[in-house]
Amino acid sequence: MLARVDAVIAPLATLLAFQLAGEALAYGFKLPIPGPVIGMALLLAALALRPALLDALRPASTALLQHLSLLFVPAGVGVMVHGRRLADEGVAIVVALVLSTVLALAATALTVHALWPRNEDETQ
Amino acid sequence: MTPPLAPVKDVWVYLSASPLLWLTLTLLAYLFAFALYRRSRFNPLVNPVAISIALLVGVLAATRSDYATYFEGAQFVHFLLGPATVALAVPLAEQTAKLRRAWLALTAGLAVGVVVALVSAVVIAWLLGASTATLASLAPKSVTTPVAMGISEKIGGLPSLTAVSVVLTGIVGAALGRFVFDALRVRSWAARGFAIGLAAHGQGVARAFIVNQEAGAFAGLAMGLTALVTALVAPWLAPRLIALLT
Repeated sequence: MLARVDAVIAPLATLLAFQLAGEALAYGFKLPIPGPVIGMALLLAALALRPALLDALRPASTALLQHLSLLFVPAGVGVMVHGRRLADEGVAIVVALVLSTVLALAATALTVHALWPRNEDETQ
Repeated sequence: MTPPLAPVKDVWVYLSASPLLWLTLTLLAYLFAFALYRRSRFNPLVNPVAISIALLVGVLAATRSDYATYFEGAQFVHFLLGPATVALAVPLAEQTAKLRRAWLALTAGLAVGVVVALVSAVVIAWLLGASTATLASLAPKSVTTPVAMGISEKIGGLPSLTAVSVVLTGIVGAALGRFVFDALRVRSWAARGFAIGLAAHGQGVARAFIVNQEAGAFAGLAMGLTALVTALVAPWLAPRLIALLT
């Protein structure tokens, strides 16, 4: 029973501790990089040094990432606060977002695809 | 004499002000939307985030509840964006061999993608007559929510409008990615994942993980790097671009 609890709480505590370290560094050194991103870089370094950590963290991080979409719902509901601006500028905002996202998808995919090392199996 | 039971209206007034109700409804709306998504065999056009938002905005409007009250409950879900970002290191660590081989392609894709995502959003919105505050709010739209809101504040945007733009961008990217990649005949999971993570942040990552584990790992990498590079570049680039246009 205790082992099961640890299997949930220990990984969560690890993720939060790395985020905390990232936030502390970002604030302390006045870095323009957000704390969670620094936390991710720190965890990546830790995983390179101690590969055993990977197995311990995998179940919790998979669970969290599988439903990453859910985490965007609260911010998205904020659309209701901007009814006025959307009525005035909605077309510009939506057209800009759609076209710009398609352009970013295309430009990135083509660049990565063109420069990918040749000897690798690309289709898999 | 007081009645033995509180009237339904009083129960509603009590619950509608509590975080519990809105947190529960957020999870239920998402479960319902995800069930539809699964039933459609994960058709990218049946977007679970868009459906959840529509349901919740409908409930909030029908009950005349405001966003601040809603967010008091929903913030517990919102908070998990932080640890989820950190968790992206796990799938990434499993791709280190590939990262070492393809660092040039990924670095170039990152540089091109970040600039195209920012500049094209601002220029297109400007062409269509958007205000300066809107232009600044749209600039960081491809970056994951908490980071984008910070950038927006720094460059004179409205953080809450940025949050909405970010989520809409994620919906668009997750829905259209497959069609764009197929049209361009880009078939490698690494390139597809990297592009959707760059352009559509966490929602692109979620979509990529549903399609393929390797695509998901590269999407996560792109999302983290895009947040990092945009946070460094946008405070310099966006104000100059907007000043040039307006």
